[in-house]
Amino acid sequence: MTVIEVMLLLFVGGVLAWLSQRWHSHWPKWIALITCVLSSVLMLPLYYQESTTVLDLAGAPSYWIEYVQYSWIPRFGISLIFALDGLSLMMVSLTLFLGFVAILSSWTEISERPGFFQFNLLWTLAGVIGVFSSLDLFLFFFFWEVMLIPMYFLIAIWGHEQRAYAAMKFFIFTQFSGLLMLVAILTLVLVNADQSGQLTFNYFELVGHNLGSGLSLLVMLGFFIAFVVKLPAFPFHPWLPDAHTQAPTAASVLLAGILLKTGAYGLIRFTVPLFPEASATIAEVAMALGAISIIYGAILAFAQTDFKRLVAYSSVSHMGFVLVGVYAFNAIAMKGAVMQMVAHGFSTAALFMMAGAIQHRIHTRDMTLMGGLWQAMPKMGAVALFFIVASLGMPGLGNFVGEFLVLLGAFASNVTITAIAAIGLITGAIYSLIAMQRVFQGSDSNKRTLSDLDSREFTALIPLILGLIWLGVYPQPVFDLVDPALATLHQVVTGATSQLIGNMP
Amino acid sequence: MTTFLPLLPLMILTGAILVLMMAIAFMRNLALSCGISVIGLLLTLISIIWVNLNLEPSYVTPLLRVDDFGLLFSGIMAVTALFICLLAYSYHQNRGEHQDEFFLLLLLATLGAMVLTISVHFASFVLGLELLGISIYALISYPTKGVFSLEAALKYLILSGISSAFILFGAGLLYAVSGTLSFADFAAGGIPNTGTGQVFVLAGSAMMLAGIGFKLSLVPFHMWTPDVYEGAPAPVAGFLATISKGSVFVALMRFFLAVDGYQYDSIMTGLYWIAGLSMLLGNILALLQSSIKRLLAYSSIAQFGYLMVAFIAISELAGKHLAIEAAVFFLIAYFITTIGAFGVVTIMSDKSEDHDLDSLDAYEGLFWQRPLLAAFMSIMLLSLAGIPLTAGFIGKFYILASGVESQLWPLLVIVVIGSGIGLFYYLRVIYAMTKKAAANTDIEVSAAGGWTMAVVTLVLLVLGVYPGPVIEWVSNMALQLV
Repeated sequence: MTVIEVMLLLFVGGVLAWLSQRWHSHWPKWIALITCVLSSVLMLPLYYQESTTVLDLAGAPSYWIEYVQYSWIPRFGISLIFALDGLSLMMVSLTLFLGFVAILSSWTEISERPGFFQFNLLWTLAGVIGVFSSLDLFLFFFFWEVMLIPMYFLIAIWGHEQRAYAAMKFFIFTQFSGLLMLVAILTLVLVNADQSGQLTFNYFELVGHNLGSGLSLLVMLGFFIAFVVKLPAFPFHPWLPDAHTQAPTAASVLLAGILLKTGAYGLIRFTVPLFPEASATIAEVAMALGAISIIYGAILAFAQTDFKRLVAYSSVSHMGFVLVGVYAFNAIAMKGAVMQMVAHGFSTAALFMMAGAIQHRIHTRDMTLMGGLWQAMPKMGAVALFFIVASLGMPGLGNFVGEFLVLLGAFASNVTITAIAAIGLITGAIYSLIAMQRVFQGSDSNKRTLSDLDSREFTALIPLILGLIWLGVYPQPVFDLVDPALATLHQVVTGATSQLIGNMP
Repeated sequence: MTTFLPLLPLMILTGAILVLMMAIAFMRNLALSCGISVIGLLLTLISIIWVNLNLEPSYVTPLLRVDDFGLLFSGIMAVTALFICLLAYSYHQNRGEHQDEFFLLLLLATLGAMVLTISVHFASFVLGLELLGISIYALISYPTKGVFSLEAALKYLILSGISSAFILFGAGLLYAVSGTLSFADFAAGGIPNTGTGQVFVLAGSAMMLAGIGFKLSLVPFHMWTPDVYEGAPAPVAGFLATISKGSVFVALMRFFLAVDGYQYDSIMTGLYWIAGLSMLLGNILALLQSSIKRLLAYSSIAQFGYLMVAFIAISELAGKHLAIEAAVFFLIAYFITTIGAFGVVTIMSDKSEDHDLDSLDAYEGLFWQRPLLAAFMSIMLLSLAGIPLTAGFIGKFYILASGVESQLWPLLVIVVIGSGIGLFYYLRVIYAMTKKAAANTDIEVSAAGGWTMAVVTLVLLVLGVYPGPVIEWVSNMALQLV
């Protein structure tokens, strides 16, 4: 079972990195990098593997590239179920790839306790992979919480000025909403046990439960809130700007790149398929929240003077599209949402890396103190321009594909909300270009001489550039990978509700 | 003779106490005293396991009932006392002469706690309670330097005395109406459910509950807790938070199940409030404490609030089995975690002669000074907060499950809110430990303390990651009580 091997590798690699600090302060990052690359290599064969396991998911056939189940706590019908379908594989790959980027971006930034830093970084990756691959609700929750602890340490120890506050806020928001989800999981499981006589946390057996519409709605909200806090959508977003801004670069990359995606993934994998009818009842509210997030995030991003904070608020805006896409209940919008998750992972990770690179050189994130950096660092200017236009949704790059598909699909289910969401494309352009102007254009009053991007930074950024172009020009491989999974989930959802819209709007 | 065989653990522990007393009379040697205590507790533990494997659950005189439930907790008490002995050894090494009696008192208190766990009669209940209580007064005031411990002991003495009086009065009222002091007779319908009789039962149970609420430091009987925990030496504070509270809770469960206190709505309403307020106030008051011992004291109030949720959940027939199981598992997890947390405070205080090192400032930078010790502490705090990988998470999971099964929605909301607040102060300690500047540079971890903490942490993690076997065992045991 590859995904278990990868997680074990990351866990062991983390411990090794921590221990290796005793011998030399450079060893941890090399060990972390090698672990990450090895894990990715381990994953490679999975892309060529057929989905051999076919399991019944509430009447719909679901295809799994890998599937294992071991007994864990038989008393409660809890088992270790790790499974990968195209969607999970996509997310796991994104995790490892951004992990690689994060390690490179921390290469020179972290001089204090590098061993413990890399340990936390690798354990975060392992926890996130656990979230993306576990299909037992207890196990899922287990990883959902476990991934927070190393991330807390990353922010609290290596963060910037306000790190204690930011780390605490991040942890409490996600933990608190997590507990709501735990209560929801328990209610779902225990009520289901009363009805079916079988106590189980198995995802496959819980999909298609018969909870009754009133209870369903409440339980669904428990899941929904937990995931929307993580996403994050308005009004559950206040933790995000602080956490992202105060975190060290590598942690910001992981937070924005993959931790936010666990929320989106949870919505797609759990909330909607487990509660199709209840989800349909709140679909409009959820889409509206998404649209508000898009506009609200954009407005706040525009008002920021802190570069990292601006990128953080832009994440709120971009993840709003995911929420709109998921709750449009439409195959096209769903594909768009997944594409947006991947593309946003790439572009935001890169932008945080740029922010980190700038801060490392001029020791500030305040954009009013920047300006004219293009003269000093032309290569960085060009690369930053690329990621900024990617982020604002330039056709030909990944984000455009995601946002366009979301809007196309959502238009069929709610014209008003889609129209509002579409304004986000314009506001996105405004704050992105303003950021570009303030940081790189104009003249540098300080006449700084700065070192431009070096080969290490290019090693991390070039794959991101290529990835975004590839996603923008030829996104079909991604769709080929996730389509079977999304089709199954779509069938589970549409099988249960009648007012849903078909494949093409 | 065979009828008394189930009491073998108690006899062995008593024997150890006598040997220890003689040894102290002839030769004062801390290592020897600690060694005798450890061996005595180990033998007790072995005999508990032997009794559990070889003998059927049975009454030994009408006073005591040796069953799986009692033996489980007796075993846990023995292990916990063992850990405290090992942790206390180096703590007492640096605190002048005449430290040997500490172990004597510790064993006596443990003996009292064990009697409590198997008592099914008010006579044995009060005997155990007083043996435990009186030993604890002396234990709290054991340090000869400093006035805080004396203040704490006096506070505990007076309030504990009053609460014992409440319990006795309650027992008297129950006796007046039923003519019996045995739990089994209560269960067999010895107490009337109608007329004036019911008033007596109600008043008696309420008195008992108030007295026991004090021992468990539940709101509104909690006022003494932070002061006493702060004043008591760290190992004793650990003892108070675990063995002392745990044994009383076990006795409460036996009593309440026997009387079937769940049938009285007014008592249940009271319990609801007690549980809810304990969770809320415990967590809120812990927020801004600057002493770790006070913080742990308030946190233990909140933890017992969580435990009371499972205790209340026993009232619903459908969720009875799960709730008993939840209470037992939560208590086990709480024991391990709390002893670990106080263990770290004990080790930190090894070298400071006249006071414990319990101010939050003293823990700053501990992660870089003593990474393992800080890691132990962090794991304990995360377990108290109910974060996965630790036994505390499974315990919290159990509490929520029992609450859901018995549909105690208002209490569940408070559990969630309380846990959210709780995170804040647990994280505050962890954050202090990760600060860059180290406050103390001369902290040494003794071999005994270090290894004990390593074992405690290992048990905590194993219970958190692979709880299956223990859950299975606890579940079977709970079935016997339903």
